[in-house]
Amino acid sequence: MRVRNWQRGSGKDAEGSADQVRIRPPVEESTGTALTEQPVLSARRWVLTMLALAGVSLLVMAASLRFGAEDIGFVDSARILFQALRGGDVRTDSLGSSSVILLQVRLPRVLLGFMVGGSLAGVGVGLQALLRNPLADPYVLGISSGAALGAAVAILFGIGTTGVAIHALPLCAFAGGLMAIVLVYRIAATYGRLPIHTLLLAGVILNAILSALIMFITSIMDPNRSFSVMFWLMGTLAAPDYPAMAVLLLYLVVGGSILLWQTPSLNLLTLGEESASSLGVEVETVKRTVFFTSALLTGAAVSMSGMIGFVIPHAVRMVVGADHRLLLPASALVGGTFLVAADTVARTVLAPAEIPVGIVTALGGGPLFIYLLVYRKSGLAV
Amino acid sequence: MRESEGQNNRPAYRVGRLSFRYQHVRDGQLGKGNEWALSGLTFEVLSGEVLGVIGPNGSGKTSLLKLLARVLRPQEGEIHLFGSRIEPMSQDAIARLVALVPQETRQIFPFTIAETVMMGRFPHHRSKGRLLGIGLEGPEDIRLAMEAMEETDVRHLAHRSIDDVSGGERQRAIIARALAQQPKVLLLDEPTAFLDLNHQLDICAILTRLNKSSGLTVVLASHDLNLASQYCDRLLLLDKGEIFRLGTPEEIIRPEVLEAVYRCTVLVDRHPVSGLPRVTLPGRHRTQVLEA
Repeated sequence: MRVRNWQRGSGKDAEGSADQVRIRPPVEESTGTALTEQPVLSARRWVLTMLALAGVSLLVMAASLRFGAEDIGFVDSARILFQALRGGDVRTDSLGSSSVILLQVRLPRVLLGFMVGGSLAGVGVGLQALLRNPLADPYVLGISSGAALGAAVAILFGIGTTGVAIHALPLCAFAGGLMAIVLVYRIAATYGRLPIHTLLLAGVILNAILSALIMFITSIMDPNRSFSVMFWLMGTLAAPDYPAMAVLLLYLVVGGSILLWQTPSLNLLTLGEESASSLGVEVETVKRTVFFTSALLTGAAVSMSGMIGFVIPHAVRMVVGADHRLLLPASALVGGTFLVAADTVARTVLAPAEIPVGIVTALGGGPLFIYLLVYRKSGLAV
Repeated sequence: MRESEGQNNRPAYRVGRLSFRYQHVRDGQLGKGNEWALSGLTFEVLSGEVLGVIGPNGSGKTSLLKLLARVLRPQEGEIHLFGSRIEPMSQDAIARLVALVPQETRQIFPFTIAETVMMGRFPHHRSKGRLLGIGLEGPEDIRLAMEAMEETDVRHLAHRSIDDVSGGERQRAIIARALAQQPKVLLLDEPTAFLDLNHQLDICAILTRLNKSSGLTVVLASHDLNLASQYCDRLLLLDKGEIFRLGTPEEIIRPEVLEAVYRCTVLVDRHPVSGLPRVTLPGRHRTQVLEA
């Protein structure tokens, strides 16, 4: 990954102009390098970073396909995938059982993990910019809870088991998420300001209320169904089916494009709504679009995989910089990759039993969150 | 700057019966009394002039600048920008004409100075095509941003994060961002508040030069009456949200006018070089003299 190498090339320049505050050479020698080593995002850096991250994603996904209760070698995995892509039926040959595991169990799981992780991390970036809060995340702010409540209500009324479930569940989760996002924003935004800690507190309170409602709903369900709902709530990528994933992919492509398209405005919004507005951003439109899209993506992700929370964007920001035009897609790739890796741990560490991936990400991400809250406090006291 | 008065063919701003109050004030935040932050303002900003907005704390200077940039919207009255009402204009159309330098800029994300200055190009590449759908800047944008950074002496800080430079350096970066916006009107809210003497002079020189060379209209709100007196063609003196007086520094910077608004004794003499009025607060010896 190319990590803003212009940052290091600046030493000489800085020293030079320190001594000569007022007198600058009319034609700066550094102008030439300024155009090749731009201190702003170039198409080249964008493409290279994304390619590098996509490469890492593919490697991790390949490794995730490889590991599990049943040992399937890389070569066999590749052969099965290749044959499946060509449309050949691999179930009959020597790799029969392996191919069933790979194509019916692991591959959908890896793809789902990647999409869910990508959605949640992308949404996290959007919310962080909009709310000017590096700790914002759909899980922390209660948006995942809202979405989960929406989905749980749908399941309670029996929609979850009908044929329309693959469409109805994400939509109900979307509605719940949208409700939560509007509530948390309304609670936290006092007179146009958005204090960081108020926002987090609003999220905590909303989370508590929504969790209570979800627990109430699961407690009045019949026990068999409530067990599967509980397991789903803890965050799991188990047993996805392809049609439901196609719906998620649709949400991801549409929502992701909208978010990506908003990233230049998100950059400006980090300066505050008034500054962004004075620079030409239609603040209310952008805000509504991003809130709506965030609820859409979170709803889709939560309806498929329950509540999974992690702090990806902050780590990515440290590496690729703050520009959301790169940060958002990069975080989505890293988030997807991270969730695939976490899920691999979740299903191998106690194999053949598996633990909900939400537990793995929470155990991994929680301490990082605490670190950010405690040790970077000064930077957050806005 | 004073010669520029010849080019006033069309006012940059025409403001009529402008009244504004903050939404939360209505909820009883500040108690009873005059809830309007600004009321019944009617004035013009001439094209190519430097207009200073002065007045005590809470007199509505900042609100006025935000209204002129349509960051806030008034409850009553109208604002015309170069002849057209700003109410129906798109935000980026306004931003191509007007740049606002706010009193304070907070940034918690590690954007670099260069990235921040480049944000001034946003309203311009908004209107053009967008590469990859995400609007990456072209060489022209980069050149203009670099020039703006040269102008305000932050070029050497291009790679530094905006949240770890000093207040003055950040302010200069924000002014560079406003210059990169290539506006016709520049609105500045306390532009020199965080600046040391050298850079105060620098910013004033830049403003003077842009005002003279390209006819940039400047509206600056300041507590620094001397800065206002030295660099502004006209001064708008606000008192409790209303225009107390609008006129040349000679007409405004007078003891009786200032004392009526600021409610304290001031001494006005002449600047030794420019000969323009200069304000001084009475020193400590004055009370001693009075007691004696």
